[in-house]
Amino acid sequence: MAQSAEAKEQRELSELSSAVEALIFVADEPISTRLISEVLEEEKELIESVVEEIARSYDERDSGLQIRSVAGGWQIATRTELHEYIRKFLKTRPSAKLSLAALETLAVIAYKQPVTVPEILEIRGVQSASAIKTLLEKRLIVTKGHKETVGRPMLYGTSREFLLHFGLKDLSDLPSIEDFEDLVS
Amino acid sequence: MQPKPEQYSFDFHKETAEIVAESRDELNVRLGEFAGPLDLLLYLIRQEQANIFDIPIAKITDEYLNYIRLMKSLDIAVAADFLVMAAQLIEIKSRMLLPRDPLAEAEEEIEDPRKELVDRLLEYEKFKAAAEMLYERTTIEQAVFPRGRIESDDGNSEISATVFDLLTVFEKVLSRHKEEVTMEIQREEISLADMIRKLKERLKMIGEINVGEFFSELDSRRELVTAFVAVLEIVRVENVLLVQRKTFGNIFLKGQKEG
Repeated sequence: MAQSAEAKEQRELSELSSAVEALIFVADEPISTRLISEVLEEEKELIESVVEEIARSYDERDSGLQIRSVAGGWQIATRTELHEYIRKFLKTRPSAKLSLAALETLAVIAYKQPVTVPEILEIRGVQSASAIKTLLEKRLIVTKGHKETVGRPMLYGTSREFLLHFGLKDLSDLPSIEDFEDLVS
Repeated sequence: MQPKPEQYSFDFHKETAEIVAESRDELNVRLGEFAGPLDLLLYLIRQEQANIFDIPIAKITDEYLNYIRLMKSLDIAVAADFLVMAAQLIEIKSRMLLPRDPLAEAEEEIEDPRKELVDRLLEYEKFKAAAEMLYERTTIEQAVFPRGRIESDDGNSEISATVFDLLTVFEKVLSRHKEEVTMEIQREEISLADMIRKLKERLKMIGEINVGEFFSELDSRRELVTAFVAVLEIVRVENVLLVQRKTFGNIFLKGQKEG
């Protein structure tokens, strides 16, 4: 039914909205606008506006849930303010955070990617081998081939996992490194 | 609302310089909150409330060296990178002490020996701030819970494994393999009862057995033990004697005539 052109036209916006919401709910990972539009056979622009409308309606009624844009897709998640209740229920504690060394290394990789180990050393002034190992294990960074210079050193860049972990839409969602310059001075 | 649980291992804004040995750290050393020599240097400059563009190099160098001495006195292995920085500081300090070349032209711009270090510090500081931003984002992200996983084939972790996962698993398998000790365990070839029967049959046939010879026929340690026990047993229960005809001579197992 839904496949036929007329039926699709007749489908009301409210039904489309429900379908979009349901898809975002069942998706294990953030679902892209493109994927939703493929499944529902609708224009991406329409899907985009429908998602935004759903997200707004969540905000307006002070829902415990939010629809947010992360790692190039849409995700349904709880609101930050509610974390204490949720933790009490799940009986969990926030997982261990990255070490200072790992965070610094990750920051250099995020802003300078693709980047080699000697280049990271140059900025941090300290060997970063174990930090890189940790980041690889946590899948926050990935190898991006070799640099075509002497020794062909390995290049590193951030992964999709990195975007998910830090709740970023995409890499451009990171504040620019020049902003930190102002902050520092 | 309940009080917030203690959850963070370090605080970016903490300005204390307590010294902690952190053996699992990449450098086998961690000076309080310092992630490296540049971090320590920035801290010392801030402690002195000095202008980063006009670092009192002699003072800062002294303090830096004091820290390294402190680390050593605490038996913390000082990472090479910290020593490299110490050497650079001393070099800059000595270059600052050199008088200007009086023959050099007045207009000629003499580069401040500190310039390279200042540039590095400024560059590093940006990334340190970026690391702080990432840290804060983690805190926020840890307060957001997405929906739990729905059972589906796509979510099967076996399918979504990356090459890196495979490597990790392969390493584990390899290390497990190494731990396996191969050992061949032979089944007990002959039971005690069998051994006793064997002895009795032979006694019946040849009247007496040279125990030493009998033992040398056996090859496994286990058989020897069984044979030894069998000899003791046969002497205890059956009408059989152990005879030694001369000192240090052969020992014979001798069946007695039924009395």
